Amino acid sequence: MDAVRVRDLTHRFGDGEAAKPVLHRLSLRVAAGEVVLLTGPSGSGKTTLLTLIGGLRAVQEGSCVVLGTELAGADEARRVALRRRVGFIFQHHNLLGFLTAQQNVAMALEVDASLRERERLDRAAAMLAAVGIADKARAYPATLSGGQRQRVAIARALVHEPGLILADEPTAALDGRTGHETMELLQRLAKEQRRTVFIVTHDPRIHDIADRVIAMEDGRIVEGAHV
Amino acid sequence: MAYAGNRRGAAPSVLLPFRLAWRQLRHEKARLAAAISGVVFACLLIFMQLGFMTALFDSAVQVQTSLDADLFLMHSTTEALWRSTPFPRARLAQALALPEVERVAPIYVQNVVWRNPQTSLKRTLLLFGVDPTAGVIAFPGLTPEGLAAITQPDVILFDARAKPEFGAVPAWLAEGPVISELGNRRVQVAGLFRIGATFGSEGNALTSEANFWRFVPSHSPAHVNVGAIVLRAGADAAAAQAALRRLLPTDVMVLTKPELIAFERDYWANTAPIGFIFGLGVAIGLIVGCVIVYQILFSDIARHLGEYATLKAMGYSDGYLVRVVMGEALILAVLGYIPGWLLGLGLYELASARIFIPLTMTVEKSAGVFALVFGMCVVSGLLAIRKLRDADPADMF
Repeated sequence: MDAVRVRDLTHRFGDGEAAKPVLHRLSLRVAAGEVVLLTGPSGSGKTTLLTLIGGLRAVQEGSCVVLGTELAGADEARRVALRRRVGFIFQHHNLLGFLTAQQNVAMALEVDASLRERERLDRAAAMLAAVGIADKARAYPATLSGGQRQRVAIARALVHEPGLILADEPTAALDGRTGHETMELLQRLAKEQRRTVFIVTHDPRIHDIADRVIAMEDGRIVEGAHV
Repeated sequence: MAYAGNRRGAAPSVLLPFRLAWRQLRHEKARLAAAISGVVFACLLIFMQLGFMTALFDSAVQVQTSLDADLFLMHSTTEALWRSTPFPRARLAQALALPEVERVAPIYVQNVVWRNPQTSLKRTLLLFGVDPTAGVIAFPGLTPEGLAAITQPDVILFDARAKPEFGAVPAWLAEGPVISELGNRRVQVAGLFRIGATFGSEGNALTSEANFWRFVPSHSPAHVNVGAIVLRAGADAAAAQAALRRLLPTDVMVLTKPELIAFERDYWANTAPIGFIFGLGVAIGLIVGCVIVYQILFSDIARHLGEYATLKAMGYSDGYLVRVVMGEALILAVLGYIPGWLLGLGLYELASARIFIPLTMTVEKSAGVFALVFGMCVVSGLLAIRKLRDADPADMF
């Protein structure tokens, strides 16, 4: 089964005459368990594509099926439900400053009110151990290094066992070595847990972690796409 | 998982955002302190305004509450006791025609100048003239000896709770006879009762009808300020009131005791601007509190817009984030109310000791102020959550 299946996706910003198209009849498939990298220059529309796949924007034209959910015509509630099955890793870590590392990771589990608090914290602690910073569980983000914060963010994106992990320029705020290390870690965990990963980046140093690299330009896939 | 969710009910969906709200507030102690002091300030302002307002109302009707009769007559143009228009005494005689009426008693009321015998300062007090045997005056602390004494010429009973500017009459009385001037006439104080300063008068005195006309020669004996009507045992006050209204000309109004009290209270609440002023004070307290809490909540959301957007991206619903903000508002309400209540109590004590108008902290007042402050924080929260719309997870990338 495909984790992501996009067909003839067109997206415009603005209204009427002034509307600026960013995606042109774009089609794309990501198979379950695949680690896919999407590259391309700024303004090529790759971030827009990511927000559409993540259910953060309403689909305008075309079809976008993510984890079996058709997002074309989906209302906010349906998109919120999808987001809970997706793990997000942002360019900046976007951790909550008033929560410890462990509490931040547990936030991904708090969406599900049925879990017990103990279970949430245990799973968060285990995930922090998996990303190699078990000793930082009680630290606040402000006291962590950039690499450590991004590891907490990775733990948060993985802890609720999402069907798809979306990452946007995850290495942008990190130096080259730390960036590569964290991406290797993400790739290893994804492979161990058979998670699908879709990374938007223009960092050529991390191409080696991907099963497949797709390039975009002017709202179209230009190479590496299998539709 | 769905089954487990049903089993554990809705409690976590309220408690979890509440906990997040508390964690967010707790993280920045200085901001939390500022927010709480804003609520405390609003609390105090409201407590003081309400305290003065209820004290005003309670004190304004002290005399009325201490009158022992079933029905009362007042001139129809009278607005308040201290400035009442006298009506013809004949109305009381007419009222006697009603079979339910057992007896009637006129009450004369007039502002009279009293001279403080020690400082010679002159101040106005409210003098009541009444037949001491009529049994319609039940001022607290009144004794049979006192009522007997005022039948003698130029003798009055004095308000032990009058403002200190009138002189330490109770203390002097304990040592010997107190002689002074009332309405430019020599007067002797023979005893005490306890009414206290009201917003209409700073002190009160009671004497017989005959003495009243001596101190207030301008007041015609044929015109009375209040007519007290005592009904026969078992008579229906409402029916008697209706009958009297039919019987008497329209220059007088017929009031039951609760109506008499309500009448005086309404005067201070509505006719005099005092009730309005205190109401305005409460409103200003609420608005100031609202602005402070709104400001804190709004800037909290604005500063954490990224975090809120992240939570939305992670699948948190708008409703969840609304609950977080409302949770913050409610926590601020409670945390601000507790010190606000304690400080309010302290200020009440201070005010009672300094200005001799008793401010009392009642359960009703405590609950009422809490409700107002709670409502204030809810309104602030509701205004602030509009800012949540700016937290767009699509902007996170």
